[in-house]
Formats: sequence, structure tokens, C-alpha cells
Amino acid sequence: MTHSESHTRTHHLRYVGIWAALIALTILTVTTASLNVGRIGIIIVLAIAAAKSTLVLLWFMHLSTEKRLILKLLVPIALCVLAIFIGLTYTDVLYR
Amino acid sequence: MEMTVRDRKVFSRVGMWLFILSEILIFGGLFLLYSMYRAKHPADFHAGSMELSRFDGTLNTIVLLTSSLTAALAVYSMQELDKWKHTAWYLAATIACGFTFLVVKTFEWGAKFEHGLYPRAAVLDARPHGEILYFGLYFTMTGLHAFHVIIGMVVLAFVLNFVVRRKITHERNAILENGVLYWHLVDVIWIFLFPLFYLIS
Repeated sequence: MTHSESHTRTHHLRYVGIWAALIALTILTVTTASLNVGRIGIIIVLAIAAAKSTLVLLWFMHLSTEKRLILKLLVPIALCVLAIFIGLTYTDVLYR
Repeated sequence: MEMTVRDRKVFSRVGMWLFILSEILIFGGLFLLYSMYRAKHPADFHAGSMELSRFDGTLNTIVLLTSSLTAALAVYSMQELDKWKHTAWYLAATIACGFTFLVVKTFEWGAKFEHGLYPRAAVLDARPHGEILYFGLYFTMTGLHAFHVIIGMVVLAFVLNFVVRRKITHERNAILENGVLYWHLVDVIWIFLFPLFYLIS
């Protein structure tokens, strides 16, 4: 009983911990954006957004414990392809 | 050949992830459009972003992240703890957060409309070309996202109903799991919308 209770508590705390990390990253990104760091700013806020979505995908959507490789990689691969599409199009339009 | 319960669970999960994939591609197309117009009109996008309320955006981000936590705990309470009452309360909290998000969004949009910043408005049409594009994308993307929030709330309301009527149980909870996956997807999309519209000024 005591064992399962403590097991339960760690699990609950893990979700709350992920949430706390997400809130902390949100505060970080808003602070960074108000600091006026120039052109690098967009890269920083996007990197933080990527980190936040990774946390949600891995721990809230349970991709970290997904055993089937196809399901584990489906959305991450799609997101990477999308990032390449958008990144290349952006630089193309920017330097045309 | 008979399908086992285990097979069914896996198949429903495969279907859900394929659906999530298609949703990501829908928004992906809009993000692609955003990146092109932003590359062409960086100053106008900057100016447009100044008009948005950073406070409202941040508040809504926190509300959605919190709703994702309660949604995850709803699944956890059912699958790991087998406590359906906890699941029901967590689902109700998630729907309440979704409602809060929409209320904040309504005030935000309302303020924009008051200032004449909506598509085809005379005030907005007089602005530079890039700002018209910025606000067009703002209303399209946050509007489509808000529509997803509404759908997510309806789905979770059905799930809550099934939980209370004990149709979703510790043994059979694929609808709960997939409904919550959809809710997390809505959160992930907002995680990218927030910095791209509110934090680029």
C-alpha cells in the first residue's frame, strides 16, 4: 500500500513538474521578447516554443513511453520536415 | 481472425496520430504562409505585433498549459489509479480552462474590432500592405485555433458524459485517451502561435 501510494505521488508530481517547466519557459520567452535582443530574438522564442512542444509531446502525449516506433516517430518526423520546408522557404524569400 | 482488445487499442491510437498529423499539416500550411509574408514585410509584422496585447496572450498561454495538465491528469487518474471521479473533475477543469481561453480571446478580438483592425475595415485597409497581411493571418490562424478549442471542448464534454455514465472505464478508455490527445494538440499549436504573433515586436 505504502509503495503504491508513493508510486502514485511521484507520477502526479511528474505531470505537475512538466507543467511547472512549461510555465517557466513561458515566462522566459516573454521576458526575452521584452529585452529587445534584436534579430536573434525570433530564433530564441522559436527555440523555446520547440522545447515546450517537445515537453508536451513526450510527457503529456506519452511519446516517451510509446513502444511502437512508427507512432513514436510519425509526428516528430513530420514536424522536422515542416521545419525544413518553412526554413528553406523563408530564407529563399528573404534573400531573393 | 478476431481482433483483441489490445489490437483495438493500438489501431485507435494509430488512427488518432494520423489525424493529428493531418491537423499539423493544415496549420503547417498557414505557418508557411506566415513565414513568407514575414520575410517580405518584417517591419509591418513588427508593427502589427505591437498592437496585440502581450498580457492577454501570456494569460491565455498559461490557461491552455494548465488545461493540458488537468487533461493529462484525467487520463492518469483513469488508467493508473482507476478513480473515475477524479477523471470527471479533471475533465471539467479542462473544459473550464477552454472556456476561459475563449472568453479572453473574445475580449481580445473585440478590442481589435473596436479599433477598426479587422479584415476589409477602412482603418486597416489604410495601413501598409504587410500589416493587412499580418492581421489577416492573425484572424485566420487564431480563429482556426479557437475553432479547434471549441471542438476540443465539445469532444471532452462527450467524454465527461461517458465517464460519469461509466461507459468509459479503467479497462476501456480509448475515447478518453484520444480526446485528451486532441486537446494536447490544440495546446501544441498555440505554443507556436503565441510567440509568432505576440512576441515579435
